[in-house]
Amino acid sequence: MTDFWKRFSKHRGAVAGLVILFLIVLLAVAAPFLFPKSPWAMVQRPFLPPFENATYFLGTDTMGRDLASGLAHGAYVSLLVGLVSTVVSLLIGIPIGALAGYFGGIVDDVLMRFTELFQSVPSFALAVVLVAIFQPSITSIVVAIAIVSWPPVARLLRGEVMALKSRDFVDAAVLSGQKPLTIIWSQILPNTLSPIIVLASMMVAAAILVESALSFMGLGDANVMSWGYIIGAGRTVIRQAWWVSFFPGLAILLTVLALNLVGEGLNDALNPRLSRKGK
Amino acid sequence: MTRFLAGRLVRAVFILLVITVSNFFLIHAAPGDPAAVMAGEAGDADPQFLEQLRERFGLDKPLYVQLGIYVSHVVRLDLGYSYRQQLPVLDLIMERLPATLLLSLTAFAISLGLGVLAGAMAAARQGRLSDTLISLFALIFYATPLFWLALMAVLLFSIELGWLPGFGYETVGAGYAGFARALDIARHLVLPATTLGLFFMAIYVRMTRASMLEVSQMDFVKTAKAKGLRPRVIQRRHVLRNALLPVVTLAGLQAGQLVGGAVLIETVFAWPGIGRLMFEALSQRDYNLLLGVFIVSAAMVLFFNLITDVLYRFVDPRIRVTS
Repeated sequence: MTDFWKRFSKHRGAVAGLVILFLIVLLAVAAPFLFPKSPWAMVQRPFLPPFENATYFLGTDTMGRDLASGLAHGAYVSLLVGLVSTVVSLLIGIPIGALAGYFGGIVDDVLMRFTELFQSVPSFALAVVLVAIFQPSITSIVVAIAIVSWPPVARLLRGEVMALKSRDFVDAAVLSGQKPLTIIWSQILPNTLSPIIVLASMMVAAAILVESALSFMGLGDANVMSWGYIIGAGRTVIRQAWWVSFFPGLAILLTVLALNLVGEGLNDALNPRLSRKGK
Repeated sequence: MTRFLAGRLVRAVFILLVITVSNFFLIHAAPGDPAAVMAGEAGDADPQFLEQLRERFGLDKPLYVQLGIYVSHVVRLDLGYSYRQQLPVLDLIMERLPATLLLSLTAFAISLGLGVLAGAMAAARQGRLSDTLISLFALIFYATPLFWLALMAVLLFSIELGWLPGFGYETVGAGYAGFARALDIARHLVLPATTLGLFFMAIYVRMTRASMLEVSQMDFVKTAKAKGLRPRVIQRRHVLRNALLPVVTLAGLQAGQLVGGAVLIETVFAWPGIGRLMFEALSQRDYNLLLGVFIVSAAMVLFFNLITDVLYRFVDPRIRVTS
């Protein structure tokens, strides 16, 4: 564990990312206490510029809603959607990749054709279509993001499992009479954890970007405040109120950047032999 | 080569067929009567027209018969009728396609060209200030939401500075023709193409840099050094050439994302392409048009992938892609 931290903290960007991420999580968790009023409530005159009113220091939007409150509540939604949709795509991608890699042959062929099918479809367009048809809601957004982002997980897992399959400890498990599914679950999967964790951290970042883009297109859940929605709503008034679109975008940028940096740090810490290539 | 191409073509057609079938089920999954969905109206469509649609698609017949009818229509390039816009879906798409192609291809050229250049520069100056700066910019653009970057570009270059138009495809009513019109369109193209390109540029910078650093560890590079070749020549003729292979693969895979990005960029810049059409279909609940755009954009991506596959064989003759 100390080794892990030593290697992680060598990547200075990753440490900075971790700090930013911690602050954003804190903001998301504390949102209901910091801003107890609904982020949809009109609290001040519309188009209040930032840094003029001490209570509403980020200003208000076209409807007089507190922008800071919207950002804090939006943080919760973005992180939640990013996290849950990544878990769902892992739940789809891991079994498919593991089965394809372990059994090979026709199983591998069928599963990989299936994966390729999803990879050849324009993913954002597919997400838009899915959310539009099944009506925008947190659930449909999470499912749509998971459906378009699982293929890389399957491919990664397939490669890892194929490499591990020929190792002695797997042969030993086969000889001791363990069933294939037990071997995959208890012998092979635990050894694929590090690359999965690294990929997952990057996937949360990508999912947050897709969620914000969907909300921006007007496909967000109408009941929750999200960063993409605020930008989309502020888009038409960008001449009069630049701040409405500016701050939420900055929030997305910081969150995604932090997650990507943490991902790089995890990669350095978990795969020490591969990392630092050329650095 | 012909066998390889035929194999790829068969695969592309198969994927398109699967997408068409899924489209059919998506129409049925949409809320409301499928006839109303096809008409692009929820509730208040002309009853006579709905009756016509029911008859044409056999909506009272069993599901598999309906599927057959739908697929046979799509195969004949009949993507249905947009009741909202009073035009066949295919006509609407074909009218918008050139603008999307112009935008995506320009963005693609910008991102690949500048990305490889900046990545190669960073790799050659590894560890120096310019490398750090290039890597930092790539890291930031990789994390920036495309649509937000586009909005900020409009705010800065169009509204504040007034340098470039931030809206539309050409100046409406200016009556330009010939060269003047091309120049006008080019001016309108700068902001959308650059913002769309920047995100992908970030990817190519990171990829090229990592790939070049990896290649420069290889033995043949040491040989080139031992031969006394100048560093510039080694970088350009030995390292970059070999480092480009993974970049080409990635460029092909990126086609799908480029189309997705075009949807967002066209929405922000009111660029009259199929992405903007998709946004209009969304806001008008015109599901038939939405799914039509989806099929066409998927076909576009498959076509780009096919081109990359062929290019790949030219770039790297060692690899015989199995069909």
